[in-house]
Amino acid sequence: MSAQPGTIAPSLIQEQRSRRDARHERLFRWLLKGCALLVLAALLGAAGATLWGGRSAFATFGWHFLVSTSWDPGNDVYGALVPVYGTIATSLIALLIAVPVSFGIALYLSEVAPAWLRTPVASAIELLAGIPSIIYGMWGLFIFAPFFANHIKPWLTNNLGDQPDDGKLSWVAQHVPFVGKLFGSSYPFGASILVAGIVLAIMIIPFISSVMREVFQTVPTRLKESAYALGSSTWEVSWDIVLPYTRSAVIGGIFLGLGRALGETMAVTFVLGNAMTLSASLLDPGTSIASTIANQFSEASGLQKSSLMALAFLLFVVTFFVLLIARLMLRQLAKKEGS
Amino acid sequence: MTDSALATNPAQVAAASAVAPKLTVRDLHFYYNGFHALKGINMDIPEKKVTAIIGPSGCGKSTLLRIFNRIYAIYPKLEAKGEIVLDGENILDPRYSMNRLRGKVGMVFQKPVPFPMTIFENVAYGIRHHEKLSKADMTGRVEQALRSAALWDEVKDKLKQNALGLSGGQQQRLCIARAIALKPEVLLLDEPTSALDPIATGRIEQLVEELKNEFTIVIVTHNMQQAARCSDLTAFMYMGELIEFDGTEKIFTKPGKKQTEDYITGRFG
Repeated sequence: MSAQPGTIAPSLIQEQRSRRDARHERLFRWLLKGCALLVLAALLGAAGATLWGGRSAFATFGWHFLVSTSWDPGNDVYGALVPVYGTIATSLIALLIAVPVSFGIALYLSEVAPAWLRTPVASAIELLAGIPSIIYGMWGLFIFAPFFANHIKPWLTNNLGDQPDDGKLSWVAQHVPFVGKLFGSSYPFGASILVAGIVLAIMIIPFISSVMREVFQTVPTRLKESAYALGSSTWEVSWDIVLPYTRSAVIGGIFLGLGRALGETMAVTFVLGNAMTLSASLLDPGTSIASTIANQFSEASGLQKSSLMALAFLLFVVTFFVLLIARLMLRQLAKKEGS
Repeated sequence: MTDSALATNPAQVAAASAVAPKLTVRDLHFYYNGFHALKGINMDIPEKKVTAIIGPSGCGKSTLLRIFNRIYAIYPKLEAKGEIVLDGENILDPRYSMNRLRGKVGMVFQKPVPFPMTIFENVAYGIRHHEKLSKADMTGRVEQALRSAALWDEVKDKLKQNALGLSGGQQQRLCIARAIALKPEVLLLDEPTSALDPIATGRIEQLVEELKNEFTIVIVTHNMQQAARCSDLTAFMYMGELIEFDGTEKIFTKPGKKQTEDYITGRFG
């Protein structure tokens, strides 16, 4: 294999070696670039395919597709507003619940909890993240939605809503704008926008809290001690030091959860009620983009199928805007800190 | 190893320094997950002097410093027994308010750790925990603190920039500004120059010299020359005990204990 010492000049060996290295290096760079481009190609491909599939819906309804609430396969008239609203509303409710709870979980585990408790709870959270969504959906449908309908919903409609059982409006419903509408409902079952939001929140809490916990642990001890040494309380250290220090990763974690909530299909389909009606009330059933597609795709053809494709494209657009807003938020915050 | 009872006579030290003690440590023991880290420390730290604590790694000098503002209490399973009297009150008493203690005893750490905020906010942040100031008063206080820390001229035009853009030495002076902005009475410095280059170190030492007119300073250092250069009194610790505590000149020229002599002449540690 190797030549006798002296038969090939050492400089020649080095020459060959460096040429081979350059070749490998080039190949390696191309390989890496290829992997990265694959992601871009997949994204553009999926967006392009849904846009192409939805072209006849966009061509037939134009901008009306975005603002119309009708979804009528009988007359072949379709509008995306109800599922788009359902997707955004359920995801927002999920975030509203999941972000503070995850923040609390992560802070407790990284700052407050005794050492022996940290690992088991952290593993439990990771296990929760691994549960398939259909199980959350089943739990939501068979256990949580009936419980909600029997115990929580009556209280909400009577104390906050504008359609209480006894007809007497509560003080809140009379005086606080929008609240009466949000919680007024005559629909007797549990499945609703609010229940879907709560189930989604439970599903995304493990994601957000485990990201938060991990990044909170990267905050240097001395940074926290410096703040304690100035008289800060644990809350102040968490809010003023830990959170800004980990800000971009925390927002990243939140948007990871939001991305999951926006696209979640099975669990939401189970607990959203699948009603193609737009209602201001969070206690009324609705639908989301993903669950509309899941419910109708197998039987759809022609314009209906194209409309479902167009819906899928809108989900892309919604997700894109959400990420864009996240970026802008980060930039705004960075400006405030003077970096 | 030694009879700690014989090691130090607090009365002598107080007499030597001829100043009333600001901090009095009485029979202080410290336990770290059950490990006996400090074994019966007694010392009087005089007011408006620089007291240096030296000793080999693991001797307990940082541990001792971290009891003076009870920063150790943010971790579980650490326990201090004994008394530390500051202005007639035992600061180890759980009833002694943590916020009040941290306002009276400031601390600067080994590595410069600016908060993820602007330079101005870094200094203003601590003040807000203790006082409500108008915007003008706050601006004045921040400027005053930055001037005392000999940093004002370098940062006055970029107060709204992030503090992480400063050099290491500037960051450490910012940390000192942040600590003295609260107008503490005692300033604890935990190896404040260990992460800095010689020029930045020189500036910090010069600053310590100026600050002792206003504050009682306790500095932990690995660097014996630093202790010799900028302290009035020096305490030598070894294996959790206070071996010798006396005037700096005496410690470095005629140490009373064999161990102290061995350490400062570089025979161990």
